[in-house]
Amino acid sequence: MTETLLALDGLTKAYPGVIANRDVSFSIRRGGIHALLGENGAGKSTLVKTIYGLVRPDAGTMTLNGAPYMPADPGAARRAGVAMVFQHFSLFDAMTVAENIVLGMDQPPSPRAISAEVRRVSQLYGLPLDPARIVGDLSAGERQRVEIIRCLLQDPKLLIMDEPTSVLTPQEVDILFQTLRKLAAEGTAILYISHKLGEIAALCDEATVLRQGQVVATCDPRTTAPRAMAELMVGSVLQAPVRVARPEGAIALTLRGLTAPAPHRFGTALKGIDLSLRAGEVVGIGGVAGNGQDELVAALSGEMAVAADMVRLGDTAIGDAGVNARRAAGLLCGPEERLGHAAAPDMSLTENALLTGARRKDLARRGFVRWPAAKAFAQEIIAAFDVRTPGPEAAARSLSGGNLQKFVIGREILQNPRVLVVNQPTWGVDAAAAAAIRQALLTLADGGVAVIVISQDLDELMEVSDRFCALTDGRLSPSRPARGLTVDQIGLMLGGAHDLEVAHVGA
Amino acid sequence: MDLSAINPILLLASLMVAATPILLAAIGELVVERAGVLNLGVEGMMITGAVSGFIVAVATGNPWIGFLGAAAGGAALSLVFGVLTQYLLSNQVATGLALTLFGLGLSALMGQGYLGIRAPAFPDVHVPLLADIPVIGPIVFQHDPMVYGGLLIVAGVYGFLHHSRAGLILRAVGENHDAAHALGYHVRRTRMLAIAFGGACAGLGGAYLSLVRVPQWTEGMTAGAGWIALAIVVFAGWKPWRLVLGAYLFGGVTVLQLNLQAAGAAVPVEYLSMSPYLATILVLVIMASGRSPGSLGRTFHAAR
Repeated sequence: MTETLLALDGLTKAYPGVIANRDVSFSIRRGGIHALLGENGAGKSTLVKTIYGLVRPDAGTMTLNGAPYMPADPGAARRAGVAMVFQHFSLFDAMTVAENIVLGMDQPPSPRAISAEVRRVSQLYGLPLDPARIVGDLSAGERQRVEIIRCLLQDPKLLIMDEPTSVLTPQEVDILFQTLRKLAAEGTAILYISHKLGEIAALCDEATVLRQGQVVATCDPRTTAPRAMAELMVGSVLQAPVRVARPEGAIALTLRGLTAPAPHRFGTALKGIDLSLRAGEVVGIGGVAGNGQDELVAALSGEMAVAADMVRLGDTAIGDAGVNARRAAGLLCGPEERLGHAAAPDMSLTENALLTGARRKDLARRGFVRWPAAKAFAQEIIAAFDVRTPGPEAAARSLSGGNLQKFVIGREILQNPRVLVVNQPTWGVDAAAAAAIRQALLTLADGGVAVIVISQDLDELMEVSDRFCALTDGRLSPSRPARGLTVDQIGLMLGGAHDLEVAHVGA
Repeated sequence: MDLSAINPILLLASLMVAATPILLAAIGELVVERAGVLNLGVEGMMITGAVSGFIVAVATGNPWIGFLGAAAGGAALSLVFGVLTQYLLSNQVATGLALTLFGLGLSALMGQGYLGIRAPAFPDVHVPLLADIPVIGPIVFQHDPMVYGGLLIVAGVYGFLHHSRAGLILRAVGENHDAAHALGYHVRRTRMLAIAFGGACAGLGGAYLSLVRVPQWTEGMTAGAGWIALAIVVFAGWKPWRLVLGAYLFGGVTVLQLNLQAAGAAVPVEYLSMSPYLATILVLVIMASGRSPGSLGRTFHAAR
């Protein structure tokens, strides 16, 4: 028995027009947690699909346990002891937990045995799960448990996890990491794919960095600085966003007692939100998703009308105005969901540029679209924000997440807003694109625009904000200067204890 | 109007016969849709099954072989749809509509020399003992074998979908084809088999009309039964037992309105004719529809 479980040697896979993997070689130790790092589009997914038998490489070999390994399909990979948890869960919403688990096994035991087995394994690893529940009703963390238990029931030698934490809350991430460490201690090798450097430093003991399909470095993430790993991934030196001290401007946006009922059964009501925002200022709003972020954006964008007085742009009450009227007045929004909310997935970038820019960029006259102007506007966004795409005719869906995000944020910025509201501007975006988006927001504020950034990423908020507020259960805390705020203070604000002094005494 | 002309036992007995073609076509389409494919060509497959079953039955003189021929004809036509939608990735709605029009034309062509001929007799079975029970016997136990065959197929489909591994995979493919593919299941193969089964069932339903119910060949004799089958699948929430309910309800109201017409009811014939459709839709809507399969009607492309 050798120390090495899986060795990859010279794996190459080309798709028309792009080489996804070029001569990739590395090896994974038995019982090790091996990180596979890389930007979006670096070839991580293709590589793990090769290991899991979903993609056949053009060249190269793999060795598992000293024997040649080249699975023809995922079934063969599972029989060889390789299991995979997918980034977008491979679950069936309308089916029960037990049925979902059976579907991931090649030789499933009887239905009764499977329920008992699920209970046993879920208790063993501290992952409580009821086998009879319908998967569609589960939270993201519970859904991931289903995937993990499905893998564990097959006693895998190698567990592949493709960006497992992108949908989890911090508490769920902690539970996941405990489970993974326990598995590794029992001798299971784990291949962990991510671009979140903090997680990798905390969890993994070896890392391989991919860039443009090639292995550019192997390092020990416990001793390598996250910044150095980020630069290996990106291939250039990362610039932290630069902020220029900004003069206090006039009040640009005022929310006074903004109250609205929950728009649907799973929504959050907004309760008496007060906030005033000066021109040239960035206010960061933090909070765990589902605490009223979507509703606040809807109330600001005009998708949800409120009493006129609750939202004032400058001196004008616009709370009851519609989306187009607000856009015309200079209040622009970039919603969280890129595909389907911020952009129409199957329409071209030109058409998407037109959809929000028609009014302010004068792209339609007397009901007729000015296509040349719309196309020029799309090209302007593509050029200004370094959107990687074949051209403005490309469908929004065909862009990677980071590129589309640069496009939808850039589209609003280039319309010269007075106030810009963005929700999760860098969600699922790689490090280089995220830095570019943050820099663009700061540059916009330097130009005298008031910006509201709503995000779950506290590091991001600390990087860009002048003031910070916490949104908890539809209530907004009073704002505090962002500079000098500690993680503990933020934690208290997010916990709903808005008055920090009292909280300190209590603690 | 003379209501006494309506014999309730005869009426209930003919209910099962009237419902059978729709039940057969609908159970096939239910399997197709549970696999995530929307085949709107049921009407075309039914009529093709009706004519091919009729031709084979007349040629061999054996209605059983006729039903086999009908299943083969319906399945063959459905495979045209399968190749177009699953391998050439054509749009399912447009292809299904085209299949209906194609089937209507093709069947008229095939049936040219068969107009006005009677189909070979398909005797009713007399279920021993049970058929002699008063009232219930004539209603339930004195029909031709296909009435029971249809119910057996429904029971078989229920057992297959909910108690077999192959059925679980079929549902998985219909629920989320990307996930099923990622787990290593053959989405196209599963769907082609489901489509062929759906075609065979629709063919059987069509042949039931041309060999038992009418029993002769006339052009366009399905007269929208395929569309009703499609609607019943949706309103039954993709559940087999509710499908039976919907089909029998439709069959029952059809028979009743025919009887009322014959009895000279003081209601315009047009209202009577539309009543089965209205009653079926009304009842199944009130019963609250189920959730459609997640990948229904979506084109699957394995490259992603």
